[in-house]
Amino acid sequence: MTQAYTPGLLVTPCLWWRCRRVLPVTGRVLVRLHQQVTAEEVVAETETPGDAIPVNLSRTLGVAPGRVASTLLVNVGDAVEAGQVIAQSEGLFGWFPKEYHSPITGMLESVSAITGQMIIRGTPRKVQVRAYLAGEVTEVLPDEGVTIEAHAAVLQGIFGIGGEAYGRIQFVCATPEEDLTADHLRPEHRGAIIIGGRRITRTAVDRARELGISALIAGGIDDQDLREILGYDLGVAVTGLEKLGLSVIITEGFGDIAMARRTFDLLRSLQGQPAAVNGTTQIRAGVLRPEIIVPVVATTAAHASREGISGLLDVGAPVRVIREPYFGELGEVTGLPSEPQWLASESKARVVAVRLNRGETVTVPRANVELMEGVAT
Amino acid sequence: MTEQHANQATTPATARDINPDALQVILATDCGSTTTKAILIEKVDGVYRQTYRGEAPTTVEEPAADVTIGVINAATEVGELAGRRLVDEHGLLMRPARGRDGCDIYISTSSAGGGLQMLVGGVVKEMTGASAQRAALGAGAIVMDVLAANDRRKPHEQIQRIRDLRPDMMLLAGGTDGGTTRHVVQLAELVAPARPQPRFGGQYRMPVIYAGNKDAAGMVADVLDAVCDLSTVPNLRPTLEQENLAPARDRIHDLFLEHVMAHAPGYDKLIAWADAPIMPTPGAVGDILRTIAERQQLNVVGVDIGGATTDMFSVFDGAFNRTVSANLGMSYSISNVCAEATLPQILRWVPYDCDERTLRNRVKNKMIRPTTIPQTLEALIFEQAVSREALRLAYVQHREFAVGLSGVQQQRSVGDAFRQEVGGKSLVDNMRLNLLVASGGVLSHAPRMVQTAMMLIDAFEPEGITRLAKDSIFMMPHLGVLAQVHPRAAMEVFERDCLVYLGTCIAPKGTAKAGQPLCRYRLTGGLTAQGQLIAGDLLRLPLADQSACEVTLEPFAGFDVGAGPGKPLTAPVHGGTVGVILDGRGRPLQLPHDRALGQTIVANWNRAVEMYPE
Repeated sequence: MTQAYTPGLLVTPCLWWRCRRVLPVTGRVLVRLHQQVTAEEVVAETETPGDAIPVNLSRTLGVAPGRVASTLLVNVGDAVEAGQVIAQSEGLFGWFPKEYHSPITGMLESVSAITGQMIIRGTPRKVQVRAYLAGEVTEVLPDEGVTIEAHAAVLQGIFGIGGEAYGRIQFVCATPEEDLTADHLRPEHRGAIIIGGRRITRTAVDRARELGISALIAGGIDDQDLREILGYDLGVAVTGLEKLGLSVIITEGFGDIAMARRTFDLLRSLQGQPAAVNGTTQIRAGVLRPEIIVPVVATTAAHASREGISGLLDVGAPVRVIREPYFGELGEVTGLPSEPQWLASESKARVVAVRLNRGETVTVPRANVELMEGVAT
Repeated sequence: MTEQHANQATTPATARDINPDALQVILATDCGSTTTKAILIEKVDGVYRQTYRGEAPTTVEEPAADVTIGVINAATEVGELAGRRLVDEHGLLMRPARGRDGCDIYISTSSAGGGLQMLVGGVVKEMTGASAQRAALGAGAIVMDVLAANDRRKPHEQIQRIRDLRPDMMLLAGGTDGGTTRHVVQLAELVAPARPQPRFGGQYRMPVIYAGNKDAAGMVADVLDAVCDLSTVPNLRPTLEQENLAPARDRIHDLFLEHVMAHAPGYDKLIAWADAPIMPTPGAVGDILRTIAERQQLNVVGVDIGGATTDMFSVFDGAFNRTVSANLGMSYSISNVCAEATLPQILRWVPYDCDERTLRNRVKNKMIRPTTIPQTLEALIFEQAVSREALRLAYVQHREFAVGLSGVQQQRSVGDAFRQEVGGKSLVDNMRLNLLVASGGVLSHAPRMVQTAMMLIDAFEPEGITRLAKDSIFMMPHLGVLAQVHPRAAMEVFERDCLVYLGTCIAPKGTAKAGQPLCRYRLTGGLTAQGQLIAGDLLRLPLADQSACEVTLEPFAGFDVGAGPGKPLTAPVHGGTVGVILDGRGRPLQLPHDRALGQTIVANWNRAVEMYPE
């Protein structure tokens, strides 16, 4: 029987999950090997250099670049305060000297005798890395960060915005077909990770921001709504740095598309559990998908390792069609013809026969199906 | 380990002696972001031919994280098809060829991991900034940003920009030799406090090439030596009217191998395996197009439209230019094409009604699941409409960039240099364009060749007489790197196997009301036809590949077919799989704003050239 490799998104109730948390530049690791950490605990921190403010002192004070050093009232390497006079020209016969006040608090980093330019460096910025995964520190990378491991339910979304967020899983929709609207959201949801069914509406996102909700998760979102939420039309799927005050993750795609039943059921089984989510998405080389991580107690019945997931498309495999005319429909592979076949578009492509959940069996290009990966609940 | 294996593992590519005359079997790969494509070139009856091709997923990501695995897989596939064992039991390429085993040389290009990404700087954006950009683009890089004293950003914004970007390397230029040193040193003083970090790993320092005023080299070194790995090459703009890009470009290639590739997974092995230095893919494509244009005395435009980016190359009167439109592509960047072009512009090519909300969601779904393909005819038509706009926008960018000084060591007058400052005339002239070459998924894999031809014509709007071709299996990168080792073999394969000629487009320049005659035409020889080309007409006449005929065109007043307005022209016309397309739609091409009328007109054009099944 012909097989094909078709990667999909991970939706699994229990996986031994490994998470590497490192600083962007070297710094201090704050936890020990084998220490148990909570998701929001800071495990490493560092300071990155502050903003560099270049000032052409030669032009500002009206002196030759070579004489700029003689106007300085502080030395290179000295701390300076915002508003402090740090340079002063001699003026004309001692009259009308010009002063230069530091625009920021920081340190005088350098002065150039060639261009007359000085650099004032702002105060360093603190960068902290949280554990993200509640579990055990299994590796300490000196000065860099740690690796944390734990059993967790792991679900990947297809697209998200906003970075990392934390909270308890809270269901607001009764079925996967129900839209997540503003009416579902209440003040007691503050700090929660809200799970909806079909589509997240723009007004729901607005309301969630008002209420201080950590994240919204549902099957789909309208592109028009996304544009209004972001304030611009997203050109490429590289996200995570949006400052929305919450993260938004969709599990299926754009439009009116219900959350896959197995995803919905798995999340429902985790109702009330503390979770970490990350909306960061990067669909380029080195693809990153948004994720929902919920630490769980290991059960032998529902346990899988990341390595155990094959990505092999075979007869009987559960799949989702990811392109029109059957976009979003779920089904099961019933055949994998080895010879390429003609499509309605007149292209010739390798195809897969899929019996859709609504009963019809259809033929679609293999490129247009996605394996429903992970262990079924 | 055999002697052959030892050689593979340790000898750097540049050290090997290659005797071109002894080469019988050549294996070439192009390691792309998603696919590694291998081709086999063999000497058949005394000439080099491309005989087999194979491909395999690129393996730079986890869990494989070793590019050579993909190379071996692709080589194995091509070997199986060719009945030639190219990979031995140790998983290594077999060299030299002996009987039905092995190949004589192995060469490769690479764009995996996002290719070569550079930040460039110059004192004046339009002068040294543009020259630095040309050097980087010509070497095959994506230019992330151009910093200049006059780029309208405040110095602290420029510093922040350098900090935010994580390029593979930087190129700094500025000032003519003997001129003022202050401005270029000031540029270096913006780079130093930013403490730029390279994209791959924090273990090595950012490579920075200085190619500015030679008198400032020492001062720039004083500023940058502590924070960067600085190397100095001759000034790329030694005088106002002279551009000298070769030393900077060569240094970019060296650093690409030493730093960027050496830090990508498995590339240390790949570099050792290859018998010639590995080239960035677009650099290799540019080289082969430039070679063809020079040898055949043609003005050529080549395009490679991918999922994320569109590369554009042109050679006009020997002047080579390359641009890369980083966010114009058909999958990863399809949403950006829609945002930049706007949906109404795309829909003008679609002859059926669509719901905007549904379309917008479909576009985003393609962006987040970029490997899907159109199953229905409607989906195909929409994707081809998007491609027209992506190509059009990329071509606009290319024409705007391809101005003034171009090419290596080209002499120009001081007057020309000043004209360039005010945004000179583009070197790319559609009327003088002889050959338009297409490559990239949406163009290469179109179910009907006429679809490829019409996407090119609608997007590029060639004027006069223009031959159209496509790269049969995207082998221009392989041939570009082969040309470094064996130019004759590269040329023989290019001429016999690389290009599939689609035919010729004949399009008078000028606009007219519907029904107004544009020109008389008479075709004789391999194709006999004559008549009047009427405004709005689109005719497709069969003329097979390898066939030619002669055309005489007599334009009416106000229309130009290449000899000047209203002047007749007689010229040879070459056939192809599509034939000859007589395009009477006018230049510039204008479609009605009225959606219903536009749909009718586009449907008529599609029918006239048999674009889609009825």
